[in-house]
Amino acid sequence: MKRTSTEVDTSAWRAAGERLRAGDASLLSLWGEPGTAHMALLDPSGAVSLLHLRCADDRLPSIARLHAPATRLERAMRDLAGLDAEDAPDRRPWLRHEAPYAFLPAAGESLHQIAVGPVHAGIIEPGHFRFTANGETVVRLEERLGYAHKGIDGLMAGAPIARGATLAGRVSGDSTVAFALAFSRALEDALGAPVPPRAVWLRALAAELERLANHLGDIGAICNDASFVLMHASCAALREQVLRAAHACFGHRLMMDCVIPGGVARDLTADGAQRIGSLIAFLRREFPPLVELYENTASLKDRTVSTGILSPALAKQFGAGGYVGRASGRHFDARRSPGYAPYDVLQFDVPVVQSGDVNARVWIRVQEVEQSLRLVEQIISALPAGPLAAPLPSKAGEGIALVEGFRGDIFAWVRMGADGRIERSHLRDPSWFQWPLLEAAIEGNIVADFPICNKSFNCSYSGHDV
Amino acid sequence: MRRIFLRNLVNGPLTEAAPAPDEGALVELAERLQQAARARLGRSLSIREVDAGSCNGCELEIHALNNVLYDLERFGLRFVASPRHADVLFVTGPVTQNMREALERTYRATPDPKWVVAVGDCARDGGVFSDSPAIVGGVSNVLPVDLHISGCPPNPTALLKGLLALVETVK
Repeated sequence: MKRTSTEVDTSAWRAAGERLRAGDASLLSLWGEPGTAHMALLDPSGAVSLLHLRCADDRLPSIARLHAPATRLERAMRDLAGLDAEDAPDRRPWLRHEAPYAFLPAAGESLHQIAVGPVHAGIIEPGHFRFTANGETVVRLEERLGYAHKGIDGLMAGAPIARGATLAGRVSGDSTVAFALAFSRALEDALGAPVPPRAVWLRALAAELERLANHLGDIGAICNDASFVLMHASCAALREQVLRAAHACFGHRLMMDCVIPGGVARDLTADGAQRIGSLIAFLRREFPPLVELYENTASLKDRTVSTGILSPALAKQFGAGGYVGRASGRHFDARRSPGYAPYDVLQFDVPVVQSGDVNARVWIRVQEVEQSLRLVEQIISALPAGPLAAPLPSKAGEGIALVEGFRGDIFAWVRMGADGRIERSHLRDPSWFQWPLLEAAIEGNIVADFPICNKSFNCSYSGHDV
Repeated sequence: MRRIFLRNLVNGPLTEAAPAPDEGALVELAERLQQAARARLGRSLSIREVDAGSCNGCELEIHALNNVLYDLERFGLRFVASPRHADVLFVTGPVTQNMREALERTYRATPDPKWVVAVGDCARDGGVFSDSPAIVGGVSNVLPVDLHISGCPPNPTALLKGLLALVETVK
């Protein structure tokens, strides 16, 4: 991946904000450490620019003022690193919950508020949703997040490499493989460390199994939010088979701690390839009838078609990753561009549609199931032999990675110290740019459609709150 | 849809085989759990899950308990939507500072008698996050805990084992 890393002054920082505003680049992330702010931009060519700004008196010019997607990142930076974007449009705390929180007002006749969370009715993560509604219609949704904030950036500072990998694998449990992969690749980039070919391919196998498990489970769960339990029960049974195959192959149902810096911790078990083969055959047999069921059930489609529409313009502005972006016309998949091994030699399509509703997000995921099955087949048939991991050199350096998790692109940045410890690390979940879009997509929908809209985005609370 | 219903009817349930003494740990546990739960609680135990800042790994496995292969409800154990309906709080996560108050309020909203199960290594003592100032560190720092279920995350069998231990100790 081509990248530049530059120390900049405030005028260059502002100029980057102008580029984002003009749509000449996408924001990958914005974060801080005491005294220094960092920003990563993705050029349309696939090159990444890293900007570092030393902040006199812990103050800096706001990017959010020019480019709204930076708003929550700047608020989080203030909470975590004490850096204040002083002309920012919104300077309320975000991840630090101390004082009473001032929700944004909504003015008009016959409006009422509904407060939901942080403890929800289902088995889900904590977050607060403040609806302002007119009758049944949502006029404004405001999210308040940060309830799952564990201080992972802080724990990373000064940690040994192995502990860093363990923490990265617990940023968001449903994406444990993708986060461990992003962190490991950023660290290998910093150290200039090569990874043995077998490890590269086993990482991709684990990543695609993770994608399959999540897509299968969530397609059913979205239908469950339209009270269509048959899809939910059937898809959950398919997901369970993926998890059992993952356990048989890698010794852990979610494949936690399998990907480590330098390679992988565990080899595929002796009967692993055969087990994967029968899993693919099973899914190829069982999944298509469920897709047909989804397509042919008018009462279900009635709930998903034209519900929770996200416009392509907003998806582009926010650089929405994953199925959220691809259901709203954004052609982006980190496996393709900037791209990383072994996907450069594998055949797969990146489905994209324009309609941006719940149905489109379901449909993208349905098609990605088939693409992941294709990828797993190719990986198993061409899995190279060789060692599982290479020793890591000890040196100082900065590295980045962009990895396509099931939910979208995960950005990782690591700065290593000469003592072999992590100086600083930052892991940005795709949800940072998806959560704000959910607020936009729900506007004008009825309150009762919020669960199905929310599940069709399926943003991570823990990944966002870090 | 008719085809799928018909096929499911003909093929029978996916739920794993009825308990027999020599089948694996899950099936054996399930049988013991059923008897104990019936004896103590008259077939019913309602569980309210509270995520107090987990990475969501525990939630995925708790969800799996409800799938057709494990089918937790056949034992009279079910997850409910409100703490006011619950006998048991199933708490995951290292209890973040930001979730502390919500967790305490959820506990107060749960009627007596009630039991608290701390699920996962984070809920025991903060787990991998235990050095962070952003967490309280372990559910027992906030609520009286009756049982810990270890694992990162505990798999569905471990969760069933934990529920069994709970119903056997409930007085």
